[in-house]
Amino acid sequence: MSEATTQSENNTNGIKIPVLEREELILNKRSYHWITERICGVVENRQPFLWWILFIPSAIIALVGVVGGLTYLVSTGVGVWGNTNRVMWGWPIVNFVFWIGIGHAGTLISAILFLTRQNWRTSINRAAEAMTIFAVMCAGIFPAFHVGRVWMAWFLAPIPNSNAVWQNFKSPLLWDVFAVSTYFTVSLIFWFLGMVPDLATIRDRCKPGIRKFMYGLFSLGWRGGNRQWSHYEMAYLLLAALSTPLVLSVHSVVSFDFATSVVPGWHTTIFPPYFVAGAIFGGFAMVLTIMIPARALYGLHDMITMKHIDNMSKIILLTGTIVGYAYLMELFIAFYSGAKYEGAAFLFRIDGPYWWAYYCMMGLNVLSPQIFWFKKCRENLWVVMAVAMCVNIGMWFERFVIIVTTLARMWLPGDWKTYSPSGVDILTFVGTIGMFLALFLLFLRFLPCINIAEVKWTLKESDVHDEDKKAHPDKGIEVIEAYQYELHENPEGAAKEAGIKIETSTAES
Amino acid sequence: MSTKVRRVYGYLAEFENASQLYKAAEKVRDAGFKKWDCYTPYPVHGLDDAMGVKRSILPYFVFFGGLTGFITAIALAYTTQVGLYPTVVQGKPANIFTTAAFFPVMFELTILFSGFTVLFGLLALIGLPRWNHPIFASKQFKRVTDDKFFIAIEARDAKFSAENTKSLLAEIGGDNIELVEDDSE
Repeated sequence: MSEATTQSENNTNGIKIPVLEREELILNKRSYHWITERICGVVENRQPFLWWILFIPSAIIALVGVVGGLTYLVSTGVGVWGNTNRVMWGWPIVNFVFWIGIGHAGTLISAILFLTRQNWRTSINRAAEAMTIFAVMCAGIFPAFHVGRVWMAWFLAPIPNSNAVWQNFKSPLLWDVFAVSTYFTVSLIFWFLGMVPDLATIRDRCKPGIRKFMYGLFSLGWRGGNRQWSHYEMAYLLLAALSTPLVLSVHSVVSFDFATSVVPGWHTTIFPPYFVAGAIFGGFAMVLTIMIPARALYGLHDMITMKHIDNMSKIILLTGTIVGYAYLMELFIAFYSGAKYEGAAFLFRIDGPYWWAYYCMMGLNVLSPQIFWFKKCRENLWVVMAVAMCVNIGMWFERFVIIVTTLARMWLPGDWKTYSPSGVDILTFVGTIGMFLALFLLFLRFLPCINIAEVKWTLKESDVHDEDKKAHPDKGIEVIEAYQYELHENPEGAAKEAGIKIETSTAES
Repeated sequence: MSTKVRRVYGYLAEFENASQLYKAAEKVRDAGFKKWDCYTPYPVHGLDDAMGVKRSILPYFVFFGGLTGFITAIALAYTTQVGLYPTVVQGKPANIFTTAAFFPVMFELTILFSGFTVLFGLLALIGLPRWNHPIFASKQFKRVTDDKFFIAIEARDAKFSAENTKSLLAEIGGDNIELVEDDSE
């Protein structure tokens, strides 16, 4: 993909040196208006038939699973869940950690890639942030109902009440309440603020009516003046800077729920980084799972290009390998520490009644992404999609292994139990998948799914010096920086590398 | 018969692209105008300098927002855990020295308060939300969120004059120069 070469003219010496041209983020030299039309078209045109085919079942599953399942749970009691003595966390907390982890990729794309100036993020950040919001909503359901009597879930918050009882601030469970609620709130602010200029774009294209009123309301009267953009850009930068440590903290705090206990298999210091890497890994898989079909459905190929998919595949490969390292390091430390119980916990994972979950986790998370070492595999959407699905399933099994196998064999043999989820457990989890998909489809239907303003910003002509650059002898061709540096600072060396002979060396830029 | 008063908001001129807008903005700035703005479909980098717009003061707000969150967390943790209701779980004390256990809450509240300060601070600085604005009276202005670039010089600027401002905008390359009138009142 990056082999495209062009000839850069080194005007002082009159020689031509091949350089690598930077890849375009938006293909086919699309104009601003085309970008507006295409992205707003998703919202303005009739939805494709496939949208309804996907939306109706998702909505029904969400209603039956989440609304129905939880209504049954509340009216009967938490006993309808399969949680048993010792495996009291069981399936709900597996699902909680699974969904919270999914959200992390969205924040990584919108915040960390923003701070590191990865401009390719602009095409995918909006949808990934939406995914974060919806995933955290799905996650929040489980601990809220897991407390037993959901109408008392407000006991989690430090509110003065007539019992005069206060939460235990030394407990990671309370940290979790703060971490997850902060994460949701700040992600929502980030998502909303990022959307304001794009909502204004849709507002300006609407005919007067209820739609125009609603888009107008949520775009807050945005005018696009530079005196607004100036503050806006600063706000965006600040939110990115706030979200970066936040996203790293959220899954670290989730991992503290486990790591600060004295349970063999949980009490390890590797947990925070291991959980964060796993969360980003699983989240990117989910981004691909929803973005590849959305891209095909709405014809967004010029904006979400193969380069984006390639980059995301590479991140999956990287984080998958980090996760693999963490799995192996856990095993090694269980052996090397000489702690008998730790060793027994890991042997139980590998060789106990849940061996299948362990091998699912290992195979799907560690082995399946390794296929991305091959460029051919990163370029084949079916392969990418298959690996993304493997990772989605594998990451769910990772949480199952961590929670269920560990709790099923705690210190006292009298506590040992084999856990299996109940029908209501499964129904609620499947319901959250439906809820997630239904919310995402509604997002595609009503909100701009790609960051219109930022995508326009990545175009070449958006640079205020574009005309000057075109007037320059090298025609403003953006080359890989290191090479460009070489060309200007050390033309002799650059020429030598390119296998060209030159006599004089007075380069000007 | 009541006469409708139409106040002049200012002149609006369209520019071809970001490069043209940038050069025009430098000229408007050098002509000494204060109440004017460049309108663009996306954040144009470098335009702040060309317009003479100062760096946003939002970070100072956010610093104090974050500080408030941090102090709130300290107050919350120590009053409830050390003063009101010390919980001793697994023999772990709750006193002035258990600070490390309160770090996560301090961190999260710092971020939370900062996040809210970013949102409300930004809205305060850019003067939004508002229901309407005189500049929306212009028909061509609709395209600003799509693909057009504009400069608007307001009539309340001390240097504004019906003739000279118009010719200035034409001189620096503005097209479709329009006198925008506030018809909301």
